[in-house]
Amino acid sequence: MKSEVKARPVSRSRGRRLGAFVFLSPGVVYLTVLLLVPLALVLSNTVFRRGRFGGVVYEFTVENFERLADPLYLGVVANSVKIAAITTLIALLIGYPTAYLIAQLPGKWKTVALVAIVLPFWTNFIIRVYAWIILLSGPGLINSVLGTKLELLYNQGTIVTGLLYSYLPLMVLPLYAAIERLDPQLREASANLGASAFTTFRKVTLPLTVPGVMTGCLFVFVPSFGNFVIPEILGGSKSIMVGNLIRDQFLKARDWPFGSTLALAIIAVLVLLLLVQAWVTRRA
Amino acid sequence: MRRARLLYVPFWGTYVFLYLPIAVLVVMSFNSGESAYTYEGFSLKWYGELARDERVLDGLVNTLIVAAGSTVIATVLGTLLAVGLARHTRSRTLDAIALMPAVLPDLVLAIGLLLFYGVIQLTLGLYSVVLAHGLFSMAFVAAVVRTRLTGSDTSLEEASRDLGAGPVQTFLRITLPQLMPGIVAGALLAFTLSLDEFVIAFFTIGNTEQTLPIVIYSMIRFGVTPEINALAAILLLVSFTAVIAGQRLTKIGERESNRTPGAPREAIKVQGEADSTDVGEKRAEN
Repeated sequence: MKSEVKARPVSRSRGRRLGAFVFLSPGVVYLTVLLLVPLALVLSNTVFRRGRFGGVVYEFTVENFERLADPLYLGVVANSVKIAAITTLIALLIGYPTAYLIAQLPGKWKTVALVAIVLPFWTNFIIRVYAWIILLSGPGLINSVLGTKLELLYNQGTIVTGLLYSYLPLMVLPLYAAIERLDPQLREASANLGASAFTTFRKVTLPLTVPGVMTGCLFVFVPSFGNFVIPEILGGSKSIMVGNLIRDQFLKARDWPFGSTLALAIIAVLVLLLLVQAWVTRRA
Repeated sequence: MRRARLLYVPFWGTYVFLYLPIAVLVVMSFNSGESAYTYEGFSLKWYGELARDERVLDGLVNTLIVAAGSTVIATVLGTLLAVGLARHTRSRTLDAIALMPAVLPDLVLAIGLLLFYGVIQLTLGLYSVVLAHGLFSMAFVAAVVRTRLTGSDTSLEEASRDLGAGPVQTFLRITLPQLMPGIVAGALLAFTLSLDEFVIAFFTIGNTEQTLPIVIYSMIRFGVTPEINALAAILLLVSFTAVIAGQRLTKIGERESNRTPGAPREAIKVQGEADSTDVGEKRAEN
């Protein structure tokens, strides 16, 4: 009896270790080979020289970072931050009232409204961008309805429109989740105590939904910032974002080390944002 | 009340913004003229054109192969990983790494994989895309399956072990059936994500093959004809049907799992809602 009681936990703990091995090792191996090793390659590439005909020469250098510091390239990074930030801000300004109203809808309509927000998101990304060419181009719909010949395509505003169109659902969903979770009694209490609707919003609703706001902003900013497809299709050749630059380094100029350095700049900006987000969320 | 009415402007604005381009796209696909911009009359000729376009058909077949292959990888590995992370380790680092493929910008993943395939001198093709899509889909499957694991109680599994079932039997007959709705949802998500994925496929496919999004991309770059609109309309129809069917299915699944004993109510929120917020919070934690 005694030996059995003692023996069981031992065999269980060995079973646990075996279980951990069986469940975790396939995924960990996959992640190591196809995620961590590739990321390590990107990182290490930043300090190597480019080969004459593409590829990498394993010779230490800081010239990639010197090039990154060039105002020409830093300007592109800054421009990308600007475009992504404007997109995020507009998404927030449109997305918040939308999410707020969806959260007030009666049960069945709530589902319908939410599905309708997500639905375009599940259609092909490039087709959604293409739709804007038809709307905005010279002979396109907007010009023919207005009877004008406006140059609506191929500028930074078009890029923002395309990004906004592609990622707005990613703003509405986390905002909706945050607003939905609010206890309506809090707002009632605030109103009963004499606060105006605006004060209630500013002092009760908004502070309590800050985590949702941060998540939504991140969801929109991240894919906008590193995007190269939308600026290429809707931006023409004039305005390049850092994504286009990276694409060109890898597929045209074949300068992999510098391309990797630009990718590192993207990662750095994102890490910075995540830190800001964690800080704001903790304070809220 | 007047203030609330003012809120309806951005609310309806959002829906018009989201659906106007789609509506125009579909209408223009029935254009009898040559232009994608000016509507001349009703015709189905671009749909016929599309059906004869071999590049599109090849692209479609390739896309389905990639989506199917990567979904199998992602579903098996992602489910194992989710159970492993929830029950067999407390490592926060591993947690974060498992979610990284879903959080990192696709471009960074794409160039990392391109560099890696270059170093191991793998000839690029469909299988290199399958492996790459398997990677980020796995992260999504793991995240979705975990939403079902956290909050589901372990008492059934413990009871099964106490009654003498081995770990394999317990996993197959208790854990797996409990997780099944999550696994199916995760697999569907993986499949849809792969169908639509462009950036990683574009970088890791090489020169010989094309997936459908890559075909569309090069069609747009060559010039705009209503044939693309016809393709767009068909893809829209397919994904709208799939999303609405999926919505119906999760509702039925919910009703079923409400009846299953041992599944606590909190664990069965609206599936999509639970997923999006959970992934959101995970992103935030990193």
